[in-house]
Amino acid sequence: MSKIFRFFLYSVAIVYAAITLGPFIWSIITSLKPTSEIDSLSVNLKNLTFGNYNMIISQFPFLRWFFNSLIVAIAVTFGNLLFNSMAGYALARINFAGRNFIFIIVLALMMVPGQVVMVPTYILLSKLGWVNTYWGLTIPFLTSSFGIFLMRQFFLSIPKEMEEAATIDGLSRFRIFLQIVLPLSKPALTTQFIFMFTGNWNSFLWPSLLTSSDNMYTLPVGLNSFYGQYYQFWNQVMAGAILLTLPMILIFLVFQKQFVKGISTTGLK
Amino acid sequence: MRAHSISRRKYISEAISGYTFVLPFVISISVFIIGPLIYAFIISFKDFSYLNPSSSHWVGFKNYIGLLNDQTFKRALLNTTIYSLFVVPTQLFIALVLALVVDSDIKGKTFFRVAYYIPTVTSTVGNTGFLCQDGFSQHPVGNVAHDRAGLNVNFALPSIMMMAIWSSVGNYMVIFLAGLQDIPTELYEAAEVDGANKFQRFIKITLPLLRHVVFFNLVVSLIGTFQIFDQAYVVSGGSGGPLDATMTVVLDIYKTGFKDFNMGYASAMAFVLFLIILLLTLLQRLLFREEMY
Repeated sequence: MSKIFRFFLYSVAIVYAAITLGPFIWSIITSLKPTSEIDSLSVNLKNLTFGNYNMIISQFPFLRWFFNSLIVAIAVTFGNLLFNSMAGYALARINFAGRNFIFIIVLALMMVPGQVVMVPTYILLSKLGWVNTYWGLTIPFLTSSFGIFLMRQFFLSIPKEMEEAATIDGLSRFRIFLQIVLPLSKPALTTQFIFMFTGNWNSFLWPSLLTSSDNMYTLPVGLNSFYGQYYQFWNQVMAGAILLTLPMILIFLVFQKQFVKGISTTGLK
Repeated sequence: MRAHSISRRKYISEAISGYTFVLPFVISISVFIIGPLIYAFIISFKDFSYLNPSSSHWVGFKNYIGLLNDQTFKRALLNTTIYSLFVVPTQLFIALVLALVVDSDIKGKTFFRVAYYIPTVTSTVGNTGFLCQDGFSQHPVGNVAHDRAGLNVNFALPSIMMMAIWSSVGNYMVIFLAGLQDIPTELYEAAEVDGANKFQRFIKITLPLLRHVVFFNLVVSLIGTFQIFDQAYVVSGGSGGPLDATMTVVLDIYKTGFKDFNMGYASAMAFVLFLIILLLTLLQRLLFREEMY
C-alpha cells in the first residue's frame, strides 16, 4: 500500500512538473531553431542559433519595449512597497480616529474589479495629457488595497516589544518604521515585491489601453503586436515570448525562498 | 495636569503620523478609484462618447435595459460563466492535489514547488504563444490571420481555459500549502494512534481545518475568472472571435468603450460585472458561514 502510494505521489509530482516546465523548454528550443526547421519536431543541435533574437531585436523595438516595461515595473513596485507598507503599518499599529473606516475601505476596494473604472480613468488621464506617457503608466498604480492588507496582516504578526522600547527611547514613528519595522519585514516585502513586479511586468490590459505609439509600448503590448505580424514564424514568436518571460522566472528563482516564507507569515489565507 | 497634557500631545502626534502614513493611499484611491467609480456610475446612465463629449445626455436606464437584448453581451456573459464554472473547480482541485503532494515527504520538494509556481510569474501574452504552439490550437496568435485561418470555434474557449488553469494553479497551490502547514501534526498523530488511515485523516482532519483557505481560494479564483481578458484578447487578436466564441465580459467592455467609444454603455456593462462579483462573494461568505455551525 505505502509503496503504491509513494509511486503515485512521485508520478503526479513528475508529470505535473513536465506540464509546467515542458512548454518553456520546448519554446526555448524553438526560439533557437532556424526558420527552415520550425515545422519539424526533431532538434538538430548543430543548427541552433541566436539569430532569431538578433533578428527581432534589430528589426523591432524590442529593447525599447523591454526598457519601458522595466521602468514602469520598477517605479510601480517601489511605490507600492513604500506606500502599502506605510498604510499597512498605520492600520496595524498607530491609533488614530478613522482607522477602522480606512481598513473597511481597503477590504471593500479589494472587491472592486479594476475594469469598472477603466473608462473614467482613461478620460482623466487623457485630460491630464498622461496617455502614452510614463506618468500614465505608473502614477495611477502606486498603491494597492491587496498589498496594504498583506502588510497589515504581517505587521500584526510581529512582536511589539522592539517598537515599544524604541518609543521609550524617543524615536519618532517614522524612524521606528524605517529603522526597526522595515528591516524585520523582509519576507513580507519580498512576497509583495514578487507579486507587484511580475504583475506589472506582465500587465496587459492597462498598458494596451494607455499606450498608442509603439515607442511607448510595454513588452507584452509590443509582443502582442508582433504576434499579429509574425505569427507564422514560430521561432521568432518564441524568441519574443522568451524575452518577456525569462526575466520573471529568473527573478522568482532568486527570491523564491524568501517568497515562500513570506506567504506563510503574511497570513495570506 | 502635566501628565494629561503630555498624553494628549502624544495622542495628537500619533494621530498626525497615522494620517501621514495613510495619506498616499487615500489620495491615490480618491483620484484613481473612488472618483472614477462615481463618474462611471453617472455616465452609465448617459449616452456618452469620449469622442464627442458635448453631445452626451441622460438616458435613464436605457443602457442597462439595452444590455438585456444585447446578444454579444449575453454571449460574453455565457462564455465567462462557462469558463468560470469549469476553471474554478478544476484549478482548485489540481492546486490542492499538488499542495498535498509537495507537503508530503517526497524528495525534491523544493524543486517541485518552484516548478509548479513558475507559470504564475510569467506573462499571459508570452504563455499564450508557448501553449498555442504546443498544439492547443492551430493558428492561434495573430490578428486578422486567425479569423481567416480559423481558430476552431468549438476549441477556442477550451484552449483559453486550459491556458488559464495552467498559468494560475501555482498561486492557489502555494496558499493551500501554507494552510496545510498550519495544521498541527499532533492531530494526525492522535488520529493515527486511533487507527485512522490516510484517507480518513484527510477527510476528517485536513479538509475541515482547511475550510477557510478553500474559501479564500474560491473567492479569489472566482473573481479572477470573471475578469478574464488577456488570453481572450491575445488568442482572438482583440476580436473575441471566431463568432464571439472567445468574447468575455471584460473584452466586451473594452471593445465597447475603446473601439466603439460607447463609454456610457461600457460603464453599464462594467457595473453589471461589479454586481455579479459582489453577489458571488457575499453568497459564498454566507454559505460558508452556515456550514461552520
